[in-house]
Amino acid sequence: MSTHTVSESNLINEYAPKRSFLAFFQRWEWMLVGLILVDVFINMRLTPYFLDARNLSRTSSDFMEIGLMMLPMVFIIITGNIDLSVASNMGMSASFMGLLHNMGVNIWVAAGAALLLGTLGGMLNGYLVSKVKLPALVVTLGTYAFYRGLAYGFLGDQAARGYPEAFTYFGQGKVFQTLIPFSVALFLFLAVIFGLVLHRTTFGRYLFSIGNNENATNYSGIPVAKIKFIIYTLSGFMASLAGLILAARFGSTRPDNGTGLELAVITAAVLGGVDINGGKGSMLGAGLSLLLIGLMRFGMGLMNIQGQVQGIAIGMLLILSILIPSVVRSISATGKNINWRSAISALAFLLIFILFFVFFFWSRAAVIASV
Amino acid sequence: MTEYILELKNMTKRFSGVEVLHEVCFSLRPGEVHALLGENGAGKSTLVKVMTGVHQPDKGEIYLDGKFVSFADTRESRQMGIAAIYQELSLFPDLDVAENIFVGRQPLAAGGRIDWRKLYADAGNLLESLGVRLDLKQKARSLSIAQQQMVEIARAFSINARILIMDEPTSSLTLNEVADLFRLVRRLREEGTAIVFISHRLEELFELADRVTIMRDGSYVDTRLLKDVTRDDLIRLMVGRTITDLFPKQDVKSGEVVLKVENLARAGSFRDVSFELRQGEILGMAGLVGAGRTNVARAIFGVEPATAGKIQIAGREVAITSPQQAIKLGLAYVPEDRQLHGLIPAMPITSNISLPTLFKYAQRGWLQDKVERKATYDAALQMEVRANNIWQMARELSGGNQQKIVLAKWLSTKPRILILDEPTRGIDVGTKAAVHALMSKLASEGMAILMISSELPEILGMSDRVLVMREGHITAHFSRAEATQEKIISAATQAVTSGSV
Amino acid sequence: MQNSTPATQSIRSSLSNLLWTLVRYREAGISIFILLLVFVVTLRAPSFLTMDNFNDILLNISILAIVALAQTMVLITHGIDLSVSAVIGLVGMMVAFVVKQNPEMPVILAVLLGMTLGAVLGSFNGLIITRGNVPPIIATLGTLSIYRGLVFFYSQGTWINSFELPKNFKMLSKGTPLGLPNMVIIAILVALAVYYFLNHTRTGRDIYAVGTNPDAAPFAGIRKERIIFLVYVLSGLMAGLAAVLWISRFESAQTNTGAGFELQTVAASVVGGVSTAGGVGTVPGVLLGALLLGIIQNSLTLIRISPFWQLAAQGLLILIAVISDKWILSRVERTKK
Repeated sequence: MSTHTVSESNLINEYAPKRSFLAFFQRWEWMLVGLILVDVFINMRLTPYFLDARNLSRTSSDFMEIGLMMLPMVFIIITGNIDLSVASNMGMSASFMGLLHNMGVNIWVAAGAALLLGTLGGMLNGYLVSKVKLPALVVTLGTYAFYRGLAYGFLGDQAARGYPEAFTYFGQGKVFQTLIPFSVALFLFLAVIFGLVLHRTTFGRYLFSIGNNENATNYSGIPVAKIKFIIYTLSGFMASLAGLILAARFGSTRPDNGTGLELAVITAAVLGGVDINGGKGSMLGAGLSLLLIGLMRFGMGLMNIQGQVQGIAIGMLLILSILIPSVVRSISATGKNINWRSAISALAFLLIFILFFVFFFWSRAAVIASV
Repeated sequence: MTEYILELKNMTKRFSGVEVLHEVCFSLRPGEVHALLGENGAGKSTLVKVMTGVHQPDKGEIYLDGKFVSFADTRESRQMGIAAIYQELSLFPDLDVAENIFVGRQPLAAGGRIDWRKLYADAGNLLESLGVRLDLKQKARSLSIAQQQMVEIARAFSINARILIMDEPTSSLTLNEVADLFRLVRRLREEGTAIVFISHRLEELFELADRVTIMRDGSYVDTRLLKDVTRDDLIRLMVGRTITDLFPKQDVKSGEVVLKVENLARAGSFRDVSFELRQGEILGMAGLVGAGRTNVARAIFGVEPATAGKIQIAGREVAITSPQQAIKLGLAYVPEDRQLHGLIPAMPITSNISLPTLFKYAQRGWLQDKVERKATYDAALQMEVRANNIWQMARELSGGNQQKIVLAKWLSTKPRILILDEPTRGIDVGTKAAVHALMSKLASEGMAILMISSELPEILGMSDRVLVMREGHITAHFSRAEATQEKIISAATQAVTSGSV
Repeated sequence: MQNSTPATQSIRSSLSNLLWTLVRYREAGISIFILLLVFVVTLRAPSFLTMDNFNDILLNISILAIVALAQTMVLITHGIDLSVSAVIGLVGMMVAFVVKQNPEMPVILAVLLGMTLGAVLGSFNGLIITRGNVPPIIATLGTLSIYRGLVFFYSQGTWINSFELPKNFKMLSKGTPLGLPNMVIIAILVALAVYYFLNHTRTGRDIYAVGTNPDAAPFAGIRKERIIFLVYVLSGLMAGLAAVLWISRFESAQTNTGAGFELQTVAASVVGGVSTAGGVGTVPGVLLGALLLGIIQNSLTLIRISPFWQLAAQGLLILIAVISDKWILSRVERTKK
């Protein structure tokens, strides 16, 4: 990182100096664009089906629930908080709708009630985090279990099915006879709105300033608690919306729908350059990272790599996206003098990990061969 | 062999490119109390941390008993017999008093298990010898600041060090506690321990120290025998010039009462606080660290609302429960801790200045970048902020410029009542004078200013009236004419003589 | 306590002392809660208070207790290890493969193998957290999906079933040569070891010190990074042990073995009084937390509440635990002198 020296003799300038060409391309978003291009290139070489429009259209809607939940999650992470309960809230809302549907309630009434329940779920998180001032991690861990538990409570081991076609359109339909799924159009529309709110409004500025220094923001007369309450409420609403879209896409609801998606949502946001400690991030980056993850998974899927194995690549990407900048920083900070003790311990670790993988492949080979 | 037990030669230390120590030399004899003196930011605390291995110098050598040494961490310096009390309180809130004293080197019984019985016995004896009464099993979290300081002192003493470094150990102690501490320090000196002592109270140095080394702006200035110097010499050496022009408070005819506080209290931090503040007046608030002054300011500003008592603003009774409300009522608060409460270090100057007034630069919530930029630029220019441009991050600026940004931010809210909490802590002399001049100007324009300060010259020079707080309540009230250094110190530090319930 | 109170001590401060006692002896609060629960459940279902049922509960919570204790050490340093469930999955699968190939292998070797593999996976977490400065939640979120992915990659999606595992291995968890099931005894031994480590060794105390004030650790000569590295290695090691017990008890290794377990371990810790802000947590508290979760699970079944509500009850319990904690703490702050 470059350290700016303050020229104490000069008075302050109103305008920033023109940013250099290089600085512009150092933005994380470009890194993501690069990775997307690399991924597209590799996939095109490996499988001919990759650029098939129908395929892309079908697969894109698979990621829209993640996308919808990611939008408010970006807000929440930027303020330095987290919401682990989104996927459970999604399951709870969808199950509630399923329950009402099974009881014969009109589907639109049921959907409205589900949205209301999800929003209330978000409000509960918001209340506990902002008013009771409990750590977000613990609160949403609790509601993570609570909301998922309610989902099971509503439907048990049953599934709700038989939604009318007018409803399933929201998960399966395309807009204006194009190949663009409705859910994708909805996501893009909302992403633009969330992006504008984040980067172009006072509310967005407050989110960043809370994430950078909540105390100073509070001292400046910004209603920090209210803002946190709003974003958690928003998160609850979007999670239930995602739940409805999911139910419409599947044409049915099971209480375990979306289990584990909260981690995918957080991964997408963080890989998009949203700082898990708060204060930094952009909606564009988050959107690009969702695209990257989607394309990677799609490509790997076409190559018959199982979903869980794909997780290896996604997990590595997540860690490396933070690890590499931080290691580069610390190397440039400590200078070039190599510390022998740390070099030796690094080698020792390398050896241990190599031994681990030798064992990993050796022990596996025997069984796989015998199958 | 040399006559020095510890010698530092040409110590240089940089933090992210900024030199905080420049070729500093320092030497310590066995059996002496050697004072380190300098303004805030002169580099004393950094020098201490270099001596104990918290920081490693970028250049320079350390000699212990004439032998070259280097410390990778405090564990190594401790093994060599160096112990320290650091300025920032470094207790572990969730550990108890006894363990805090011995943390990291708990006495071990056979088999490597901690000998808790010995630990508690030793801790008890140590505190007794310090004249401190504390529950050994109380968590550090629940101690008062003065008690925490005593535990820090006990920790340093428990090491039986040959070299004991004390960075402002007395900043929140009462006179009796200070006397106990000094008695112990003298005993150690007689036993041959070398002591490095840092304090802002000059009279303490004259009372205790043999030699003094003066530092200014990260550089070594001089080392003198205390019996050969006067108070004025020390101040001159420390500041680098005469300080007569520092406090330019003009006389202003005080106007209406704009803030009236009656029996204000907040459980656990202060009680029975009553005072009035008039237009055009600067009311100084003196006292030790932890006396509750900042808590009063926070209560008035609504950060930690009061639990009892009344606040009147311009004759109207108000209940202030949030900073938002306080700002609407025309209050502004420049907090004590700039990094934590005043600034958003990782955001640009412009966003810092516009934060409390951001709604003015927006139409229906949408930001008008140009309006914001122009307004914040003007504000920064008016405060003579020195920086490359208004997009520079606040954290990259010097302490003085950061304080100017905080001031610009609050003045842009057009307050009628300005609360300044340690307005010149950790900033350079030039900016300090500018801040004082600004305060004087604001007062003459009719602003009412409540100034909390731990620097007595600042209190005496700037205030029209002075309040003194001790242990959560007001103990004295002086007019400008009555106030003297001695009176304020005694009101701030006298130990409680009568129980008050 | 050798507190010599002056005559002027007010009622306020004795109330404060009482509340501090509640904070300090968090275990008392949970115990009361557990006793109440036991009482209510027994009224509805007398079979609850039988030795068999008690054995059942202990068996059910043994693995949870072991991993929750590991999670606790991580939480005390103000970290979190979300990867424990995937470590259980991966180590479980690898050990199952090895045991299947070598049925004559001594069981103790399988246990040691599991712990070693777990420690390696834990050290990978520790390394990226301390050397790479990756926040713990991100690092272990990443390894959660990496390790889980490796399970699938390793097994090619196949399972190890009961008939493929040797009998003595299956008896490792369930055998009762000492009266109690082995697994319960192992959990008790682990708890004793962790208790001793956290309370009677310097390194153990350093874990608390690092968690309660990381910035002050260097002043006290504590090597912060080593301590943090260590807790992740220990977390992996204990998860590895738990993995072996898991496949022994459930007699199978599946690709989703342990999925979701990470949040249960955090839940047991938090209910047991461990603070996610670091610095606070005791072994008895966590054991009681695990016990409480176990009893709830067990009693819901006994009083014929659909097991589907179980998770909701768990979540509600976590919320109640943290809210009441916060309430007590705020009382304490208010009455503090």
